[in-house]
Amino acid sequence: MPKLSAVYNNLLGKYQAVIAHKLFWPIFLTAGLLFSIAASTFDILDLYLQLILIYVGINIILTVSLNLINGYMGEFSIGHAGFMAIGAYIASILTVNIFPSSAITFLFPVAVLAGGLGAALVGLVVAVPSFKTRGDYLAIVTLAFGMIVKSGIENIDVIGGPRGFLGMEKLTNLPWVFFWTILSVWIIRNLVYSKFGRGVLSIREDEIASDLMGVNTRQVKVIAFVVSSFFAGIAGGLFAHTIQYINPRMFDIIKSTDILIMVYMGGIASIAGSILGAFIYTILLEILRPLGVWRMVLMPLMLVLLMIYRPRGIMGMREARLFIPLRDLLASKLWRQKKKEISDAPAGD
Amino acid sequence: MVYIFQQILNALQLGSIYALIALGYTMVYGILTMINFAHGDLFMVGAFFCFLIAVYLKLSFVPTLLLSMLGVAFLGVVIERLAYKPLRTAPRVSAIITALGVGLFLENFTLALNPYPQHIPALIADQTWTIGNVSISSLQIIIIALSLLLMLVLDFIVQRTKAGMAMRAISWDKTVVPLMGVPVNKIISLTFAIGTGLGGAAGMMYGLAYPVIDPYMGIMVGWKAFISAVVGGIGNIRGAMIGGFILGSVEIMVAAFLPSTYRDFVAFTLLLILLIFRPYGILGKPNPQKV
Amino acid sequence: MPLLEIKNLTHRFEGLCAVSDFNFTLASNELVGIIGPNGAGKTTVFNLITGVYRATEGSICFSGNELVGRTPHQITKLGIARTFQNIRLFKELTVLDNVRIARYGQAIYSPLEALLHMGRYNAEEKRITDHAMELLSIFKLDDTANERSKNLPYGLQRRLEIARALATDPQLLLLDEPAAGMNPNEIKQLMEFIGWIRKTFQVTIILIEHQMRLVMGICERLVVLDFGATIAEGLPMQIQNNMKVMEAYLGKEMVK
Repeated sequence: MPKLSAVYNNLLGKYQAVIAHKLFWPIFLTAGLLFSIAASTFDILDLYLQLILIYVGINIILTVSLNLINGYMGEFSIGHAGFMAIGAYIASILTVNIFPSSAITFLFPVAVLAGGLGAALVGLVVAVPSFKTRGDYLAIVTLAFGMIVKSGIENIDVIGGPRGFLGMEKLTNLPWVFFWTILSVWIIRNLVYSKFGRGVLSIREDEIASDLMGVNTRQVKVIAFVVSSFFAGIAGGLFAHTIQYINPRMFDIIKSTDILIMVYMGGIASIAGSILGAFIYTILLEILRPLGVWRMVLMPLMLVLLMIYRPRGIMGMREARLFIPLRDLLASKLWRQKKKEISDAPAGD
Repeated sequence: MVYIFQQILNALQLGSIYALIALGYTMVYGILTMINFAHGDLFMVGAFFCFLIAVYLKLSFVPTLLLSMLGVAFLGVVIERLAYKPLRTAPRVSAIITALGVGLFLENFTLALNPYPQHIPALIADQTWTIGNVSISSLQIIIIALSLLLMLVLDFIVQRTKAGMAMRAISWDKTVVPLMGVPVNKIISLTFAIGTGLGGAAGMMYGLAYPVIDPYMGIMVGWKAFISAVVGGIGNIRGAMIGGFILGSVEIMVAAFLPSTYRDFVAFTLLLILLIFRPYGILGKPNPQKV
Repeated sequence: MPLLEIKNLTHRFEGLCAVSDFNFTLASNELVGIIGPNGAGKTTVFNLITGVYRATEGSICFSGNELVGRTPHQITKLGIARTFQNIRLFKELTVLDNVRIARYGQAIYSPLEALLHMGRYNAEEKRITDHAMELLSIFKLDDTANERSKNLPYGLQRRLEIARALATDPQLLLLDEPAAGMNPNEIKQLMEFIGWIRKTFQVTIILIEHQMRLVMGICERLVVLDFGATIAEGLPMQIQNNMKVMEAYLGKEMVK
């Protein structure tokens, strides 16, 4: 009987070989896309299951985007639902009131994109206080911002005010969610492994040192807030066209708290962690549904226990190899090879 | 004119309640640099304790108040020992998330045990006096007076007792203070007890003043009190009092002169503007970093 | 033209005058030391030069550019880098990333290219990574490239901090107490190390230090600060025998 650790290492090696293969991603993505199209058109998957997966996807987008600010940049933004609200409302107003109804299926991505851009614009504004303020005071700014968005929408009667806005077609389906989820994870992961992403991390570690090492911290903060709010807006647009009715109370502090929990549960500063956190939180709440109101007693209890034993979340500050660029993983190895080549080369003249 | 005075009274009433809750936030923050997001929910628990005591034990005002405060204080200390103490060395954010979890737990546990909103029976003989054209109720007087009394007692404890001195010392330096013989854990528990006890008192007064209490009432009130604490300069006790009254006043004044849906919107926008000009709150000081 | 010219530099913190009428000129390729008792204002001068504080009065001119009023990142871009008294590495980041971050200005690609990993992203990232690995290997830190910098032993952390500063391609390097916590043997190595850095990277260096062996060993010129003001200036030998300096360090009673 082979030892368990040997078996594990063997499988791990095989797994790493597979994901490193050039064709892995194209095959995975195409397969995923085809499956989601098939599942949605032919109802291969139970409708309920499809809905759950759609929620998982939306939550992944929300969690990964918030993790950029809270995990990677080390801030404490507690108004993320505000950006989601902006995206939801813009996308909904476009498909219900502005776009010609014959074309809305076709123009759905445009509506969602517009929602994201609207949210990004507001994210730009929220970035400004972050230049001088940090920590708990910035947290308050984001909190106030979230509340202002929510109560602001309540005061705009044209779009329903506190009564909400309805009339959206159920345009969100599995293929779209698959597309947007993959896109957001990919883009945010790209950002993290770029000079701007390193800048974000350096701001978390030591902002003054970061400034002094030549990082344009303002530029980095703006990029982080804009990208983060953009994807929250996208998630909002997708969300609105799933439940076909939105009102301001859906995007209040409780929603922001939900997203916070997913981020910290899954693990700060980790893309795999965010995916995990969103997945676990959504699925867990569904599984516990039979418990009724007691599920919201059990879930926070589990959260508290998790925090006590793993304060940074399940995958806090660690990343799945899947997402780390080869260049980072192999930097040392390649360099040693290069050194060896140079020293092995015949002596020049 | 009369209307304005009436609103000033309402503002004092609401402000007192916010101030009491904000004090709890600020005390815990001052000593542990931790934002106890479960604090608003402890406020709610205070209201429910008051309800239970008033309805089932049928006690009068003062014993109910004392028992409610003690009950909440006890619960606060238990939470601190079980959920927050293990996280004292963990990153701050983890403790805050834990606090959120505790808050959610309290809300939903109360909801599970008690699905319907409740009403606290009147514990104070309802009398109304009229001065000029302004009417003041006995309840309003008691809320404002009691709050001021509690704040004075707190100020006394913090400024003039040994325990209070210990609290202030720990807020400045946690490493050296235990080396000087100060029982840090006991002082921290005491701080929690006092802070949450005040929140509990606020809960009872809120329950007496406004007709309905429900398990989710602590959420908005809690966040608003938190903002009050920050506006006053978080960690600063006098700031918390000022912040509470400012927020209460802003809310009442906005509601008095603008349609009610604008209340939150304008209040938060004004607060945001205040924070932009005084980013560390009114009495707060930036933490100067030594480079 | 002098590389660095400081005139009438004064900085007050709410009533306390940390630096008072400081004047200083520095030519290219010099190695100058700033010494003085604790609290004399030495690190404050560094903070003023690098833009961490904005000077209350005075001017700091670097290669013809006025520094007062500029942000730290602009000043770094102009060619000044520094290390810190208490090491300020990016603790949770790897050794490699610590150095790569310092190449922020030299990596030329736009946020859009970064988001899509397209365009100039790949070429520039390769360039930066290669350069960082080369730098690390020169500093004999390449074996630890993937370690989190907080896990490095103290001496290597100090070395990494200097490597990181040099990754910004500076013309002027400010070293703040590089010998802190070192024994005499390590100080000797540090002296050689600093000399080697000067030669290899062609940088001008200003050094704050308490360890007299280091100061007397490698500094070409010294400036002595006490209570924010210059009390002596000159060659190491001259400073060694200067009464005022001895008084500042040892107190008037001891010197008598």
